[in-house]
Amino acid sequence: MAELRPLPVGRVGEAGNAALQFRDPVRARALLGALEQLTAHRAGGAPLSIMHVCGSHEQAIARFGLRAVLPPTLQVIMGPGCPVCVTDAPEVDEAVALADAGVRVASYGDMLRVPGSGRSLDDARADGGRVDVVYGIAEALATAQENPDEPLVFFASGFETTAVATAAVLLRDPPANFFVLSAHKYIPPVMEIVAEMPHTRVEGFLAAGHAAAITGYGVFEPFVARYGIPVVVGGFEPLDLLAGFAKLAELARDGEARVVNAFPRMVTRDGNLRAQQQLWAVFEPVGGQWRGIARVPNGNLRLRRGFAAHDARRRFEGLLAAAEPARPAPRSDECRCGDILAGSAAPSDCALFGAPCTPATPVGACMVSSEGTCRIWHEYGGLPRIEIREARP
Amino acid sequence: MCLGVPGRIVAVDGFVAQVDFWGVRRAVRLDVVDEPVAAGDWVLNHVGFAIRRIPADEVDATLALYDEILTAAEEDAMRADVRSEIAAAQSEPDDG
Repeated sequence: MAELRPLPVGRVGEAGNAALQFRDPVRARALLGALEQLTAHRAGGAPLSIMHVCGSHEQAIARFGLRAVLPPTLQVIMGPGCPVCVTDAPEVDEAVALADAGVRVASYGDMLRVPGSGRSLDDARADGGRVDVVYGIAEALATAQENPDEPLVFFASGFETTAVATAAVLLRDPPANFFVLSAHKYIPPVMEIVAEMPHTRVEGFLAAGHAAAITGYGVFEPFVARYGIPVVVGGFEPLDLLAGFAKLAELARDGEARVVNAFPRMVTRDGNLRAQQQLWAVFEPVGGQWRGIARVPNGNLRLRRGFAAHDARRRFEGLLAAAEPARPAPRSDECRCGDILAGSAAPSDCALFGAPCTPATPVGACMVSSEGTCRIWHEYGGLPRIEIREARP
Repeated sequence: MCLGVPGRIVAVDGFVAQVDFWGVRRAVRLDVVDEPVAAGDWVLNHVGFAIRRIPADEVDATLALYDEILTAAEEDAMRADVRSEIAAAQSEPDDG
């Protein structure tokens, strides 16, 4: 891709002012002070536990070092917010089986390295399979259009925000040789599963701002009504995040379970209705396994029958059924990715984290994806240890 | 992949727009954006699709984060994700 240039000078100046607005240390300190106050009653007991479900949130929290400045009375954990990570091994196995059988498969770079039950798509490629790395569905579609005589399977991952793009492509009459192997997942149902997990303590959810731009914040209202856990939709700036945490802390302290939109510049109550209409015209929610977490009722997005002609699972049904069962990868039984995705363990709780499991030699999916908790912690450090030493007399 | 990326529309041709991302021009599909858009509008994009028109008075606030991310070190995960988002839009107009 061509080099990105800085924006024209006027624009940078204006955005620079906005940057100050979002990284103003005075406002950051004020928010941290508020967080401390709002969680002060937790001192000596378990800290207030807030979960977010978005890899970009984790990246922002980690790269701005927010955990180092949060009061000890607040803990922020990442839940199942990495779509590549929660793609279940048998779903990867399906893509591997197709590639092994000589079918051309296209997917995101991160998806190639996610281990299946035994092998990854990368392994299938090393063994002679035709596997393309693409940045998105448009590129896969273009390949199918350029090669009308051979089938092309797009191994589609991502939450509802990304599934919308898949839906839009399928609604606009794609070529007959274009197929989708859907590993798309739907976030709202997994929040219920996590809320019910005995070893995961969640007293508030920070919902992902850009996903909510599509779904609207209203999508969380049934969850809040049922579980009595507040949800705040938040942005990605350091101050957006701190403001989101502060709002959750206030709601939790006051025992007030409702949805609050702390990202109004991007999110409305109803969201993008046109996108939702296309999403649900193409996909239906079905129960499915999320890697390491649980079977999530309505958590997987399956192509509706009307799109059978482009559904890889139907087109290659026989081939997939005949695929050999995979053998488990070495040391995968020690990997704690599942616990980490469920929010009941941190990467630092895993014996493999850092050695032998690294981004170059990942054991589990959490270390593969740029949105995986382990990968992010490996890159930025999860909980930076800042020692404050008193000056010697 | 949770993070969309803002860009400014240069031209609209049917359901495809030419969008400028920090000087890089890509084709973005308009199938799912829920408001009419025109040249000069800013849109938030995800995997090559515009998902929301950004109100004019929210553009600066939206851009601030990206200006910071795009100056980060090469190996920064957030920078890589933002660049992947831009690359997910086609470099040639898609005649679909």
